[in-house]
Amino acid sequence: MSYSSSVLALLKRIGAEEGDLLRVRSTDREYLGVLMPHHDFSGPDILVVKLKSGYNVGIELRECTEVDVVRKAAKREKRSVAPKIDHVVKKDVAVIGTGGTIASYVDYRTGAVHPAMSASDLVLAVPEIADLCNVKAEALFSIFSENMRVEHWQRLACRVYERIEEGVEGCIVPHGTDTMGYTSAALSFMLEDLPRPVVVVGAQRSSDRPSSDAYTNLLAATRFVVESDAAETFLLMHESPSDLTALVHRGTRARKMHTSRRDAFESINAQPVARIHFEGGIEYLDQYEKKSGKKPRLRIEMEDNVALVHFYPGMRADLFKEVMLNHRGVVIAGSGLGHVSDDMVRSVKKAVESGVAVVMTSQCLSGHVNLNVYDTGRDLQSAGVIPGGDMLPETAYIKLMWSLAQAGSEKELSEMMQKDLRGELSERRELDG
Amino acid sequence: MVEEMIAGLELHQQIESKKLFCSCDSELVDEEGSVLLRRLRPTQSELGEVDRAALAEADKNMRFRYRAPKGVSCLVEADEEPPHDANADAIEVAMSIACLLHAKPVDEIHFMRKIVIDGSNTTGFQKTALIALDGHIDVDGKRISIPTVCLEEDAARKVEAKGGEVTYKLDRLGIPLVEVATGPDLRSPEEVKEVALRLGSMMRATKKVKRGLGTIREDLNISIPDGARVEVKGVQVLRMLPAYVNREIERQRMLLSVKNELSKRGVSKVEPSIFDMTENFTKSKSKVVQSALSKGGRVLACPLRGFAGVLKSEDGVLRLGSELAQYARTKGVAGIFHTDELPGYGIEQETVDAMKKSMDIGHGDAFVLCADAMSKADLALRTVVERANQALIGVPEETRDPLPDGSTSYSRPLPGANRMYPETDVRPITITQDSLGTILQNLPELPDQRIERLMNEFNINRQQAGQIVKEGFDDIFEDVARSFGLGAVAAKTFLNTYPELEREGVDPYEIDESSIMDMFRSLSQGAFAKEALTDILRLVAKGKKVGEAVEELGIRTVGSKEAGAMISRIVKERASFVREKGMDSAGPLMGLVMEELKGKIDGKTASDLLKKEIKKILESQPT
Repeated sequence: MSYSSSVLALLKRIGAEEGDLLRVRSTDREYLGVLMPHHDFSGPDILVVKLKSGYNVGIELRECTEVDVVRKAAKREKRSVAPKIDHVVKKDVAVIGTGGTIASYVDYRTGAVHPAMSASDLVLAVPEIADLCNVKAEALFSIFSENMRVEHWQRLACRVYERIEEGVEGCIVPHGTDTMGYTSAALSFMLEDLPRPVVVVGAQRSSDRPSSDAYTNLLAATRFVVESDAAETFLLMHESPSDLTALVHRGTRARKMHTSRRDAFESINAQPVARIHFEGGIEYLDQYEKKSGKKPRLRIEMEDNVALVHFYPGMRADLFKEVMLNHRGVVIAGSGLGHVSDDMVRSVKKAVESGVAVVMTSQCLSGHVNLNVYDTGRDLQSAGVIPGGDMLPETAYIKLMWSLAQAGSEKELSEMMQKDLRGELSERRELDG
Repeated sequence: MVEEMIAGLELHQQIESKKLFCSCDSELVDEEGSVLLRRLRPTQSELGEVDRAALAEADKNMRFRYRAPKGVSCLVEADEEPPHDANADAIEVAMSIACLLHAKPVDEIHFMRKIVIDGSNTTGFQKTALIALDGHIDVDGKRISIPTVCLEEDAARKVEAKGGEVTYKLDRLGIPLVEVATGPDLRSPEEVKEVALRLGSMMRATKKVKRGLGTIREDLNISIPDGARVEVKGVQVLRMLPAYVNREIERQRMLLSVKNELSKRGVSKVEPSIFDMTENFTKSKSKVVQSALSKGGRVLACPLRGFAGVLKSEDGVLRLGSELAQYARTKGVAGIFHTDELPGYGIEQETVDAMKKSMDIGHGDAFVLCADAMSKADLALRTVVERANQALIGVPEETRDPLPDGSTSYSRPLPGANRMYPETDVRPITITQDSLGTILQNLPELPDQRIERLMNEFNINRQQAGQIVKEGFDDIFEDVARSFGLGAVAAKTFLNTYPELEREGVDPYEIDESSIMDMFRSLSQGAFAKEALTDILRLVAKGKKVGEAVEELGIRTVGSKEAGAMISRIVKERASFVREKGMDSAGPLMGLVMEELKGKIDGKTASDLLKKEIKKILESQPT
């Protein structure tokens, strides 16, 4: 509760807590309602109560307002449902929560959304999952995806590795959608020779809504893990605004291309790997690594002193030279085929000369960079910039962090960055894809 | 005892503004638009503890098709973008209405999500906010309480329902609605109508609400002593309200009589025992049965022991059968047959007797029949049994759909308490003393004030002005009176001609305002005479344009020269009569003149011309 200090003082004086039934009286009216949490954008002296009709209203506390507690809130019991144990043999699927709202439930009393923290919570949210597999759910951490950092990717990769070593059929990682593409790229590089799939999955409508895409996406992810023979790191989301199909994107190729639509994610410069029909059926759209008995390799080391810079006209070369010099690696999302202004070329040159690894990608996203066509490109190449091919700038950023920690020399780094390791680079782009 | 009825109204009026949570136009369109297919799913709390079976059942039935026409729907209606801030114009209009109703505004408006998973909202909930409480209006000296005034979004338009899939159009979704609820203070059918009309005219007084069919909808809550609260949902024609009230009182009384009769007979709870009677129908002449059998269906029957004569009594007073049929239809069957109406519908006495024998149906017992796919018919009959058992207790609480003839049909059980939770995507709106002050200063002209003004400005009497305002003709009346100076004609047309035409079975109330303006404009320009108005209205009400109606009636006006010539001819043909009667011949001759010139010339001009021609004859020498 984040009421203003004066309101808090009043509530404290009368011993009122969230959930208590209050009577609020002022000169011309009287309200009887349950004290609700303060809304972030409510006025400072506003008390929010839920009336018997279910409606919340905001009441301004004035000098003449009298407030008293009519009845204390009843203690609420935490819901808990033991996962059903049946004797049909089903595959184990690990669900490793990271804190998105995808598998969460709402407290209808306050409207607060709580993440599903345990297997039983998850089964409560999407009980159909238990028909498809034995869910081994856990909440690894509970953060908004914009707060993800290298250490989170590392912990997540370790946990996925452990689960796969334990013999699960695959791992599902419910994730906030904002930085989901970075995480799927990070897991792609950190987990090598995967014998089982990892599916990062999100939702654009939170699961407290009847129209949420969380259920369909989670169920589709579970079906993909159980029914498919694919074993890579994938990202799964709706294909269209309709609840008909989901697309399985390669973890290094998916990008969030819309702020709010269900079909926000697209595979850039690549085909999605598969299409899952919610009514049943999986359609494969591209080649993929198959499930195997391979021993997975975990390589989580990362150089976190890397920057991702979006070039724009008028960019201050002097400022960004300092930025570049303060990092071990820089990915630039350049204009067009991979360009920056002349003065930026000079700054880049300085940075490369002092040992900074600079990788050029394109802010066009679609298409391949080419540093041979124009003078600027040739100058950048001469300056020692590593061309990023048709990699997404975000993927190049993740890959550069990872490669800097793996490569023994500048030459090796340059080779690694230009070699396709996890489907993140390709030589061919077809007309209709 | 009609006085003992208790009723309350919930009125929903569309506001004239952009949509409540986006910048789309609030218009209904014919364009189909692109298609979305969605599912809705009850959130856990709705079902309480998780019930797998209920969830599966719910999931199976909740598939929806949405049509999203351009311009009137966007990503917000498609639930692909969060709602924008609530529309300030709509809030102002709703607040004005609240103030007109003496309701006390809340200090801060909080939008809520009211769970609705019938697909009418793409989100699965309706956004609604309580904006003011504890108002009242005085109607005919009685104070009617207005406990709440809400501002909410209208639902999507249902286009069709077939094969377990419901199609909605998104043009109506998100149109701002002000919802005004009265207390359970209404005690007669007429009072219900008076209060509805008064509330309607107060809304229209703001001049910022939508007009026309479907822009105002009423939910009617009604009960009688020992009866139960029944909600008739979505009445669009306010004039029909007394009919719905009367029919509902009658229906609840009928159900109480059924209950008394059953209790007198000592009838006990019916257990569903369903028999397959298909073999009795292999040669049946019943079309319904034959059609079901040809699709592989079965004929199932279920005894209702002790129910003979209450399903449809011989005097037609008890009609539990039609209630049972309405419940059965909600399970997707076309209907049922019951013994009170058999033999009939192609089912012969012989067949009935055979069935009675095989199900051991005694004197005083009834049975119902349903012909359809096995599982559907079975479900329908089980529902019938449930409804029959409710008849032993009395009147069930229900939501009912209004039908055009004043009756209603069962739609679903009365919903429980609304499950509402905060709409966290919409910011709360503070109602400052300043903004409230501005609203209070700019409150629109109230109906009573308007009546006074119309009387003074357009020279009509109080009774006319009162009725014009009450029935919602005030705006169009004022437009006609101001634009064409035809106040008196307009008043007579709306207040007398309209009801006359309605009695004839023509519905002039649906004529749109632009057609009405066209008609009076044509009249004022002399395209026809006011005597032809009724005939023109009759055609316009049937969809003709004003010009087409004039043409079809052949009543384009004639010039006074042409009319003069015709009248001159009529008078000359009867010259001897004229000479005999002198100026007194004008009366009888006027009848002949108007018969020939009806609608082509107004009465006064004709009369003047006639008198002129008569004088000419009288002044001329006899030949």
